[in-house]
Amino acid sequence: MSDVHARIDGIVHGHDVVLFMKGSPLFPQCGFSSRAIAILDHCGVAYHSVDVLQDMEIRGGIKDYSEWPTIPQLYVKGEFVGGSDIMMEMFQAGELQALLAEQGIAAQA
Amino acid sequence: MAMPAAEIEALIRAALPDAEVTITDLAGDGDHYAAHVVSAQFAGKPRIAQHKLVYAALGGRMGGVLHALQLTTATPT
Repeated sequence: MSDVHARIDGIVHGHDVVLFMKGSPLFPQCGFSSRAIAILDHCGVAYHSVDVLQDMEIRGGIKDYSEWPTIPQLYVKGEFVGGSDIMMEMFQAGELQALLAEQGIAAQA
Repeated sequence: MAMPAAEIEALIRAALPDAEVTITDLAGDGDHYAAHVVSAQFAGKPRIAQHKLVYAALGGRMGGVLHALQLTTATPT
């Protein structure tokens, strides 16, 4: 495993919910990242976000790590869930909420 | 950096010949698209695998030439 993959591995296993995005939750720098944040906020769960624009090594490495070509990318309990399109499809079907509940990640009041 | 919708559709259909591809030019600028792809080859596959089939069809353009492609996938009903 390369150094950057080891770093990413540490991040995605270090938090229950991790979103790799462009910008920050308060100031997303891309419409897709903004949509991902809106979905997570609707689900009401705590998440750790990583701004790939501040870390070029992760920006490049994350695409190889997940074999997924775009950002944002959502991970739950270390597993890659998908990008913003899949998050939206899952959210609308209630599957994202179900996944979070199954993994014991409670929505915060 | 733009890419014509017809080219996107042709790439997807070359890899998934049975696919019904509906492309919407979201901003009218030839650069921000939504694609809905319906193919029997998605049957039984998780969403990540379905989307990866479409990304593979686009041959590395996704995230490069094609910045903004909202993708939804489905199996024929």
